[in-house]
Parts: sequence; structure tokens; C-alpha cells
Amino acid sequence: MADLLNLQGWLLALLQTALFVTAAPLLVGWLRLLKARLQNRRAPALTQPYRDLTKLFRKEAIVADTASPLFRAAPYVVFSATVVTAAVIPLLAVHLPTAIIADVIVLVGFLGLARFFLALAGMDAGTAFGGMGSSREMTIASLAEPAMLMAVFTLTMTAQSTNLSHAIDFLLAQGVVLRPSFMFALLALLLVAVAETGRVPVDNPTTHLELTMVHEAMILEYSGRHLALMEWAAQLKLMIYGVLIANIFLPWGIAVENTPTALLVGLGAIAGKLMLLCVVLAVSETVLAKMRLFRVPGYLNLAFLFALLGMLSHVILEVGA
Amino acid sequence: MALQLIAYAVALSLLSGVVGLAASRYRQLLRWACFPLLGLSGLAAATGGLLALTGEPAAAQLPLGLPWLAWSVRVDALAGFILLLIGVVVFAVAVFGPGYTREFLHGRHSLAALGVFTGLFVAGMQLVVIADDAFMFMVAWELMSLSSYFLVAFQHENAANRRAAFLYLLMAHVGGLAILLGYGVLAAFGGGFTFEAMRAAELPQLWAGVAFALAFFGFGMKAGLVPLHAWLPEAHPVAPSHISALMSGVMLKVAIYGFVRVTFDLIGTVQVDWGVIVLLAGSLSALLGVLYAMQQTDIKRLLAYSSIENVGVIFMALGLAIIFLASGHPLLGSLGLIAALYHALNHALFKSLLFLGAGAVIQQTHQHSLEHMGGLLKRLPYTGTFFLIGCLSIASLPPFNGFASEWLTLQTALQGVVLDSGVLRIVIPVTAAMLALTAALGAMLFVRLYGIAFLGQPRTRQARQAHLPSFGMRAAQGLLALLCLLLGVLPALSIDVMGAIPQALGGLPEPGITGQGWLWLTPVSAAAASYSAPLVLLGLGLAWLLFYLLLHGRNHQRVRRIHPWDCGFGPLSPRMQYTATAFAQPVRRIFQPVWLLEEKVERLSDDKSGQLTSLRHQLLVTDRSWKVLYEPAGRWVISAARRIALLQSGNVRTYLSYSFFTLIFLLWLIS
Repeated sequence: MADLLNLQGWLLALLQTALFVTAAPLLVGWLRLLKARLQNRRAPALTQPYRDLTKLFRKEAIVADTASPLFRAAPYVVFSATVVTAAVIPLLAVHLPTAIIADVIVLVGFLGLARFFLALAGMDAGTAFGGMGSSREMTIASLAEPAMLMAVFTLTMTAQSTNLSHAIDFLLAQGVVLRPSFMFALLALLLVAVAETGRVPVDNPTTHLELTMVHEAMILEYSGRHLALMEWAAQLKLMIYGVLIANIFLPWGIAVENTPTALLVGLGAIAGKLMLLCVVLAVSETVLAKMRLFRVPGYLNLAFLFALLGMLSHVILEVGA
Repeated sequence: MALQLIAYAVALSLLSGVVGLAASRYRQLLRWACFPLLGLSGLAAATGGLLALTGEPAAAQLPLGLPWLAWSVRVDALAGFILLLIGVVVFAVAVFGPGYTREFLHGRHSLAALGVFTGLFVAGMQLVVIADDAFMFMVAWELMSLSSYFLVAFQHENAANRRAAFLYLLMAHVGGLAILLGYGVLAAFGGGFTFEAMRAAELPQLWAGVAFALAFFGFGMKAGLVPLHAWLPEAHPVAPSHISALMSGVMLKVAIYGFVRVTFDLIGTVQVDWGVIVLLAGSLSALLGVLYAMQQTDIKRLLAYSSIENVGVIFMALGLAIIFLASGHPLLGSLGLIAALYHALNHALFKSLLFLGAGAVIQQTHQHSLEHMGGLLKRLPYTGTFFLIGCLSIASLPPFNGFASEWLTLQTALQGVVLDSGVLRIVIPVTAAMLALTAALGAMLFVRLYGIAFLGQPRTRQARQAHLPSFGMRAAQGLLALLCLLLGVLPALSIDVMGAIPQALGGLPEPGITGQGWLWLTPVSAAAASYSAPLVLLGLGLAWLLFYLLLHGRNHQRVRRIHPWDCGFGPLSPRMQYTATAFAQPVRRIFQPVWLLEEKVERLSDDKSGQLTSLRHQLLVTDRSWKVLYEPAGRWVISAARRIALLQSGNVRTYLSYSFFTLIFLLWLIS
């Protein structure tokens, strides 16, 4: 816990968080660009998400007269919880003081806190859509969370630490080892990430069709800066899952020492990894169609099964070996 | 000193019961004498408990009991901890009570019954915890069970309440019998009824197993473990809300205290198999508890089912503790024990908070069903805010207290890799995933509860006309909400105080959860896992402040109020909102086999045109354990009773011959 009094570390952590938060819309821009290219459309500019956010921040906020004060507080809670999540994830460097504040279970808890308020806000205006979206979001999340934790547990049992920075340290020290458990855990986490971030085939972020929307249904009543915060939090969440997958399963390149060169290498590495992950996501979103809501449990059971297989192969094949 | 304070606490709660006798004539006595006395008793118990938790164990003999079997009392760290928990909740209930019982003043309910049995109930719980011999323990246990029976039956004009009370009485006695037999086994080997003798006893493995099984059955029944839980969601909701808070918040913890005392202290040497059974039973209860809760529309029944879930979580941690202790990892065993007890304390706080909130809501709206509430946050801002804190805590979200204890439980489970058995190494992480599923479903459950009851538009006239509850009621909820937040943000401080408990249970080591100072929870080592709730809160606060200032500096006036989006079809009515039943529909569909579902749709159509005129949807969700377990058991008991009734012919000569042959048999036996 001695890292706590390290001023340089804190500064770096703040910078990293700021980078995380500001880069999230860029990631979405890149994803949209890829999807447009794959679908033979003219792509919007890479900076379009920033323009959308600035536009929303400038507009006046409209609040339903049926809504309670919780409705206006929720965007701030959702956004702060997501920002704090981003702050504890190693993006460029491993050894930062923020990493020890919360481990990976707490991280899942933060996302849960954000989701709790998002779902409550959906129900606050007293419309049918909001309740529908909240109910669906919470159902999907409650099935995704065990699969996610199970996949993460496989990793943490290998590294003997639920602390992300320690786990990444451990994996880096191990060198390149092909572990069957990690392959399964990666598959599980990919499936969960798609469900949790509301991407095709679980939810469609661009839809406004009443019967299919989940995330959009909850934020339907939001406008102006409230909507901007909600949208930004969603973009941040996508980036969080991307960074988690990239840095847990392919940690190479992340800065172990806090020197300028190492940090620059880390920046390049994470940018490259995220761009690649977005390619995978864009291709899968282009070839897959959105599935019916009641097919989603089957999909998430598959994720859980992968996670369980990962755990089993860890216990049977790797422990003691 | 500690013992003295606790003696005062018991005396005060008994006095509150005695004063209650007069409450049927002087009705205001209940509010202005019984509850203040109860509050003082709570304060005394909490202070005494805290002293005992941090100090040395103290023991005494009471001038009561049988001539050769004086009652002995003793408080150690564990008893002190449970007394602290009892005291805090009793105090909050005593602050809440005067405002809440105002509506009973002019009814035909017997206020004397309420006053007397509340006092006896609290005294019973306090006595159970300080009892140091099986005899006194059972007397106190029965005092607690019987007096709470009368409280459950308080509003007995309703047939369903009478039925619930009877079921409660029945199950309490089946459980009590099992506990008595368990003590019987221990006393037979220890040669005495005092806990001292039982501790010293060397039990053969088989008999230790029998004693454990009896204790697990008895205490598990009182704590509401699935499948022995059926009485709980019937009995807890029908009592007045402040009593429900005591029953769900405190009485279940007394049952857990009994289990911990017998298993870890009196039996002492535990076996791995027991731990596995407890762990699996706990997981089952947690998952089924939350799934059943999800389908309830009665706010108090929902909370009662959620108690089953939380008891399941506590037993999961206890199961892990037993497994680790039995396989030679005492440090991890203590960790599991602390996790379990911390969750017990947290559950006591947030569940009483939620029951008191439900009481305030019911008092203001006279509605029990979620489908008839809505929009209450605007009308009851204090209750709504405190209730939200309770929901966040029970949904185990950081930085509230439920999260801290579930985090510790998960961390304990993740240490399963140290075990030698491959099966256990797989089973334990899977149960950890079950815990995660339970927690996630719990979050959904409380989004549903809060979103339907407190947000949106009022669904009925009564909900629209709700007024602020009295100051005392708000203060009690505020106190509990504050404690939930404090225990969540400063878990290291509270766990530090609990450090003496493992030592009191046969000298287990103190786990170094708080080894890194008050900021940190580090259950195994600083490298393996760390969580700093104060810094988390700080981070959340800073992020909030930053963006609030950034955004509000510029355009804070620009919020326009307008009606919600209605798709252009005209104004939305409250009936267009999502209902509680609809909210739970996806879960109902996914986990269908769990419930017995009866769904009926009636379509009425116009005779001439064949056009649909009205549609009626009815859904009946029943607990499957009734069909599988209770109804067959009930039938079996009745048919067995019929067979035995053949003996009862009504003929005096037959009865005389029974006595004659019994006499002959006994003479033959002793000669």
C-alpha cells in the first residue's frame, strides 16, 4: 500500500483516466467507420461521436414532469461510476496507485452500480418503454455477470490475485504460455462483452424500434447534457470491456515501468489491440443479425459454459502441472 | 460491566413487556412507555455487546432454574457481537414504533398483546445469546418462538394470518425439537447441560455428525434455509412491520448465532462433508430465495423471500469456513466466519431498514401490493431516499455494506485453490458463480421493487395521497441508512472490532483482513486482493463533483419540464407503466421450472361482432416446495395419526387392559 503516497504515480493515473475517458468516443468512431466500410456505406468522420456529444452538451435538457429528482441525478451517478471503473483498469501502465483501490470484483460492482441507476432512471418517467428496457437490461445483466465473474475467476486463480495489475504482472512474467483455460475464458468474456455493451446480436445501439431496443429504451426520456452523459458512459463501457480483454489476455506491450518510452510503447500497444478488437466486433456485427430476446439466455448460457470449461480445464489440467 | 449492562437490557425489555399489560386500558402507554423502555434496552444491549466484543468474556450464575441445574450466563466476543446487532435494531425499532403504532390506537387490536409480547420477544432473543447452558438456551429459545407467534397472530381477524401463525408455531417446534435432541447428544457425551461440559466432550465422529445434523436442521429451519423455509414468507409479512423488521433482521441472526455456537464452539472439530452440505444448502437457498422474491408483488413477502436469499449467502460463507477449518486452513476458516458474521450484521441493518420503510409505505398508502404503489419518492422523500440506500446495500453495490461482505465471501471462495480435493476446487468456484448470479438477480429484484413502488407515476389514489410519516419513523430509517453507509465505507474499522470473535470460538486465529490499516480490506494478502471503500467513495465523489461543476457552470438553468414521450397518441396514464409482474416476466420465462405457475387468460368478446371487449390475465405463482415437500409430509402425518387413533376406542375396559399390559411389560423389563 506504499504506492499510495507516490505523487508521480497519481499524476500518471489521472492522466491515464483522462485519456481513457476522452478516447472512448474515438473508439466508437473507429468502430462506426469500420462498419460503414464493411457495409459499403460512406463512413461518418472519425470524430463524429465528439461532435454529437458537444452538440448534446450545448442543448437544453428536457425532463419529463412525471420524473423524480433521481432522474436528474442518475446520469451523473452512471457516468461517475463508469469513470471510476475506467480509472482502476490498467490502460497504459500496470503500476499505478489507482489499481490497488479496487480489484476486478469491485470493478464488476461499479458496473453494477451504474446499471442499477440506469435501470431506475428508465423506470422513473413512468412510461412503458422505460420499464421494458430496464427489465430486459437487468435480465441480460444478471445472466451475464456470473459468466463474466467465472471467466475472471479462472484468470485470477491462475495469477492468485484478483487485482488486475498483479494478475497482469504475473502473466507478463510467465511469458507466452498457451493455456486452454484462457482460451475458454477469452471466448466467454468476448460473448459477455457483446451482451453487456449492448451490441449486435444482443442489442442494437442504433435501433429505435420499440420491440427490440434495450439500452435505448431506458434512455429514451433523456436529452441534452443528461443524454450526453449517458451516451458517453455507454461508449466508455465499450472501451472498458475492450481494454479488459486486450490487457488481460494479451498484456504484452503495457508499461511495467513508468518511463516515457515505456508509456509511449504502452499507448501504441493498447491502440493497436483496441483497433484490432474493433475489427473483430465490426465483422461480427456485420455478418450477424440481432437475435430475439428469448434467444439471449441461450447465448449467455453458452458464455457461462465456456467459462465453466475454462475453470474445469484450469483445475484439471493446470493446477499442479 | 458488560454483563451488568446486558442484564439491564434484559430487565428493561421485560419491564417494557410488563408495562405493556396495562396498554389495553391506557392505550397511549404503548407509545410512551413500552417503546422508550425497549429503546433503552436496545441501547444497553448494544453498549454491553460492544464492551463484550472488545473485552474479556464474563460469566455468572443466575439464582434461577432447577435446584441441581442453575442457569448460567456468559458473554464472549461472539455473543457480544450478536447482542450489538440486536441492540441496534431494537433501538431503531423503538424509535420507529410510536409513530407506526398510532394507527392501531383506535382499532380493535389488543395493544396489550403487542406490548407484552414485543417485550418478551426481545428479552427472549437477548437471553438466547447469553445462555451458557442448554437448559436456559432452550427456555429462552422457546420464549422467543412463542412470543413471536403471538406477534405474527396479532392481526388474527384475517384467516390467512391465523394460518401463517399456526404454520410458524408448528415449524418452530419441529426445529426446536431438533435443537433439543442435538443438545441431548452433546450433553450425553459431555455429562452435563452446561456449554462448558459440552465443549470438553470428545465425540465419536458418528455422534458428532448426528449432533451437527440436528443442529443444522433445527437452526436452519429457524433461519429459513430452503427447503425448510415455507413458514418464513408466510409469517414475517403478516406481523406489524416493526415486528417484521425484528423477525427478519434479528431473529434469523439469533438462529445463525445458535448454529455458529453449536458447530464451531461446542462441537469444535468440524468435518469437510458438513461444510459441503452447508455450502450447497446455502447456495440453493440464496438462488431460490431471490428467484421466489422476484415473483412476489406483496412488498413484505418480497422482503421476506429476500431474507431467505441473504441467509443463504451467510450459510455459504459458513460452509466455506467449515471446509477450510476441517482441511487445516484455520486462517481461511476465520476469514469465512468473519465474512458470514459481517454479512449477518449488514443484513440485520438493511433488512430492518427496508421493513421499516415498507411499514411507512403501507401506513401511508394502505396498500401491500407493488402494483398499487408508484411515484412514492416524490411524496415520501425521506423514506424514499433511505429506502434507496437500503436497496443499494442489499443489492451488494459498492460502496455500501452489502458489497463489502459479499466481496469477502467471494474472496474466501476464491481461496478454494489451496484445497487438496479436486472436486472441491471445482465446486467452490461454481458456488461462487452462483453467488454472483444471486447478487445480479438481487440487483434486478431491487430495481424492480424500487422502480415500481417509488418511481414512475402513482398507480392508485392512495399512492397519490401518501403523506410524510412521523419524525420518529423517518429518524429510525435515517439511523439505519447511515449505519449501512458507514459499515460500507469503513468496513476495515468494523471488521477490526470483530477480530476477537474467531479467538472466542476455540482459539481460531484472527484473519489479517485489516492488516494494512483502516483504508484497506486485504483478506489474504495485499497482493492477492485489496479493496478500499473510502477511496472508492472519494473517487466517485470527485468524478461527480468535477462533471457537475463543469456542466452546471454553464447552463444550469436550462432544464425544461414537459410531459414524457407518448408516441403522439395523447397523454400517458399510470396504467400504461410497466407492472411488477411484467418486469419479472423474462426471469419467469428463463427459470420456469422453479415455480408452479398457473396462468389464466379470460377473453370476453362481443356476441354479435366477435370483437374482443375485455381481457383478464391472472397469474398464480406458488412455491414448489409446498407440492414436493409439505403437502406429502402433511398427508403422511395425518394418515399416521389416523392409524394411531385406532388405539383410542373410547372403551374403558380396553384402556384398563392397556395399563395392565404396560405394567406387566415394565415389571418384566426391570426384573
